[in-house]
Amino acid sequence: MSFLEYQIKTVPGGIRKILYLNWGLVLLLVAVASMGFLMLYSVAGGSLQPWAEPQMKRFAAGLVLMFAIAMVPIWFIRNMAGVAYGVSVLLLLAVEFFGEVGMGAQRWIDIGPLRLQPSELMKITLVMMLAAYYDWLDTRKTSRPLWVLIPVVLIAVPTALVLIQPNLGTALLLLMGGAAVMFAAGVSLWYFGAVAALGAGAIASLFTLRGTPWQFLHDYQYRRIDTFLDPTTDPLGAGYNIIQAQIALGSGGWSGKGFMQGTQSRLNFLPEKHTDFIFTTLAEEFGFIGAFSLLLLYGLIIFFCLASAIQSKDRFSQLLLIGIGCTFFFYLAVNLSMVMGMAPVVGVPLPFLSYGGSVMLVLMVAFGVVQSAHVHRPR
Amino acid sequence: MRRTARDTEANARKVTRRALFLGGAQVAFIAVLGARMRYMQVEEAERYRLLAEENRINIRLIPPTRGLILDRRGRLIAGNEQNYRVVITREETGDVETVLAKLAEVIPLTAEMLDRTRKEMDRRSAFVPIVVADWLRWDDLAAVAVNAPALPGVNPEVGLSRRYPLVGDFAHVVGYVGPVSDADLAELEDPDPLLQIPKFQIGKIGVERWMEADLRGRSGTKRIEVNSVGRVMRELDRQDGVAGADIRLTIDADVQNFVQARLGEESAAAVVMDVANGDLIAVASAPSFDPNLFVRGISQTDYSALIGNDHRPLANKSVQGAYPPGSTFKMVTALAALEAGAITEQTTVHCPGFLEFGGRRFHCWKHGGHGTVALEAALKGSCDVYFYDIAQRAGIDRIAEMGRRLGLGVRHDLPMSAISEGVMPDKAWKRDRHKAEWRIGDTINASIGQGYVLTSPLQLAVMTARIASGTAVSPRLVRAIGDREVPVGTIPPLGIAPRHLRAVQEAMVAVMNAQGGTAWASRIADEAMLFAGKTGTSQVRNISASERASGVIKNEQLPWNRRDHALFVGYAPATAPRYAVSVVVEHGGGGSAVAAPIARDAILRALSDGLPPLSAYPANQRTTIETQQKNMKLRKPEPAAAESSRA
Repeated sequence: MSFLEYQIKTVPGGIRKILYLNWGLVLLLVAVASMGFLMLYSVAGGSLQPWAEPQMKRFAAGLVLMFAIAMVPIWFIRNMAGVAYGVSVLLLLAVEFFGEVGMGAQRWIDIGPLRLQPSELMKITLVMMLAAYYDWLDTRKTSRPLWVLIPVVLIAVPTALVLIQPNLGTALLLLMGGAAVMFAAGVSLWYFGAVAALGAGAIASLFTLRGTPWQFLHDYQYRRIDTFLDPTTDPLGAGYNIIQAQIALGSGGWSGKGFMQGTQSRLNFLPEKHTDFIFTTLAEEFGFIGAFSLLLLYGLIIFFCLASAIQSKDRFSQLLLIGIGCTFFFYLAVNLSMVMGMAPVVGVPLPFLSYGGSVMLVLMVAFGVVQSAHVHRPR
Repeated sequence: MRRTARDTEANARKVTRRALFLGGAQVAFIAVLGARMRYMQVEEAERYRLLAEENRINIRLIPPTRGLILDRRGRLIAGNEQNYRVVITREETGDVETVLAKLAEVIPLTAEMLDRTRKEMDRRSAFVPIVVADWLRWDDLAAVAVNAPALPGVNPEVGLSRRYPLVGDFAHVVGYVGPVSDADLAELEDPDPLLQIPKFQIGKIGVERWMEADLRGRSGTKRIEVNSVGRVMRELDRQDGVAGADIRLTIDADVQNFVQARLGEESAAAVVMDVANGDLIAVASAPSFDPNLFVRGISQTDYSALIGNDHRPLANKSVQGAYPPGSTFKMVTALAALEAGAITEQTTVHCPGFLEFGGRRFHCWKHGGHGTVALEAALKGSCDVYFYDIAQRAGIDRIAEMGRRLGLGVRHDLPMSAISEGVMPDKAWKRDRHKAEWRIGDTINASIGQGYVLTSPLQLAVMTARIASGTAVSPRLVRAIGDREVPVGTIPPLGIAPRHLRAVQEAMVAVMNAQGGTAWASRIADEAMLFAGKTGTSQVRNISASERASGVIKNEQLPWNRRDHALFVGYAPATAPRYAVSVVVEHGGGGSAVAAPIARDAILRALSDGLPPLSAYPANQRTTIETQQKNMKLRKPEPAAAESSRA
């Protein structure tokens, strides 16, 4: 569809756009973010500092940003996809050379007051780029090798850049988010089968190459896999996080120990309790009821994205919404699998709950784009 | 590039199909997450809750206050002293080096102490207080408190530690405490968790060790909540322990002090015992040592000095030492012969100065002999030949039986370390021990307390008490544990004919109170406190025939460790016996010259309230005794405490 077609169909314009926002989604986001504030307040020992208040400010700024982006016509976003992608890749290259080192990995870059993690930004721009690509591509060519190779390269370049940072979690999310868009766009299932086979081979070689000069993960990443497979081998070292996280989660029981009564987090047994492992505090203090409620809220957010995608007639919007919905899902799926001991520990935050600026802003930008697609959908 | 509407429709449907597939997969995965959550939080909740509690709650022991050890009149022998120390907490200190440097200006700190502090600080968490210096004087502690603003993170502290205010007086009886060693732990089947506490002290020897169970008490516990690095967040609840029981000994601290001082630097031991109930009034062993050195951890120099001393200050000679009793054994031989009916009090033996037997000549100590003597004269003059003769008539087995009845060769069970059983030999013993037949020569040697016979000063005191009282009284050291008095129990009769006992007792009175008695010089002049006793001089070397021919070498000409042991046993008042005493002075020379005067002073001290009155001594000795008393280094007697009080 072209700009003209949009004009022909009835697309809301001007201030009326606000009425067409997906207010249910906004409400859901506020609800989830509020649970995050509550937990950050709790893990700080009942204090807005140092985490809850900055997080609230960021969320407020994020909301404004989301509304602003929601007003931007979706076709403009589509036209800018290539530029956004290019800038993101350049930023990734920039952090490679000028980035700050934290936790043994190069991850962020300081731009004035803003501490930006380009890898986070990449998650949304990659999905945008792929959606735009498939919107442009003649659908009959979708499964032709050459035209499959192009998106593969588009995914591979940033994934590789993130992997050498090294940031396994984000690389994984990029890979899965990109794959989701390709899948939705209708790329033949044979390709996915082939990749799955290759992946199995790669995992096999991952372990066989360990200890040789050609090993492709860092030692600490190997150790994380080891401790995932059996956390009890190193209960005070690398396995400590996993064991303590599971104790916190399990000890919450049906209804939890009560707000601010979580002994595991309050007494500092929990690692990274305000970032990657914040879910364990929630599960400890509010129990199964609280944790499952959060899961339902997340489910609803994803449902809204996919439902909006299915309702949309615009291919770019459809693919974009599916891509963002899936990326969001992968975030929480990886994080929750990790804290529940179903996956190795990789640095993936829990969306809207984990403390962190880049993730929050990028998520709000993503949902801004979702809103834009929703608003500018022909009715 | 244009697309047909149909194409678009088809594509949109394909996207929808695939979106629904993705959505379905996601719902499935969320269901898996939910199921896992349910498994952990509902089914396994109890297990995880337990683990969380284990994480959170720590049980700490509260060490109980150790029981005091008191003398028979309630005066403190072993107490708990406040140990002043200074601790430093890294996280409150800021610049550790500056603060330590400042602290060194306030209190004396050696480089070694500073080094140890730094090392300890590196090892421990920042919030753990580290001891910089302990055993400080009150002034030092006050100086630290005054300078507190300049010393952030430095705190004065008070702990309890064992202290023995009477220093060496009770070192052997009461012993000392020390830190728990691996050997201590290995000995116990189920060690009290208290013993795992760093710096916890338990009794190592003496009463401290053998009454450890009563003295230690039971630990209390407190449950505390800790965080992941072990910092205590709050106390949840506490159960107070039970303080150790105070132990009241039978010993009189003043008499003990007097006897210990009287022994001085001799290598000697003395025991004073109540003949009626067996209460040990004094159990002295010299030279002594300062048990406080061991509590604080004795230095290598001090320890080497104690080990290197040939007078063996660490040995508890009064119960551990096994000496040939010499002539003090003659009462046993006499009573055995009398009871066997082998002799009567009037039976006489002729002593020409030696006894010829089996081609060997057994000498009497008196070169010319004692002439014809009966029991009283034989004991009074300590005639060896008389006892050589009557011992053969009684036989060794009867003598040994009498010795055991009087408490020799028997282990007296007291809460003290290394209690010696001694040796009371008979035919079976020699067969067993030396795989040889008993010979008459052995009996002859044993009759005057030489040869195989070995006794401890404690056993000699028991023997004397039994002869004096006519009962089988046993020694006891503990008068009360906590509020519970230790009962004396019924004392069985000795089973010796009173007539025979009286004959021996009268002979022992004669030894001291008849002109020509071997201990005449050490008599008590006061009729009310009449002293009865027997001297003994036991050889520690063989006198060869050639030496005897050329004249026995005088003790003073021999090196110290080859001189004879001087012994004495006695009781007083002879008319109504109250106390028995035994004294052994290793390599002291003659019993009458060295041991008897000590025994007299000791028993007089026990009988009187304060220093022995000069009136009790023979008139011609009073000046000497007065000087001697003046020169004794005695502790100022403390008033008796009615109730025990905690330090």
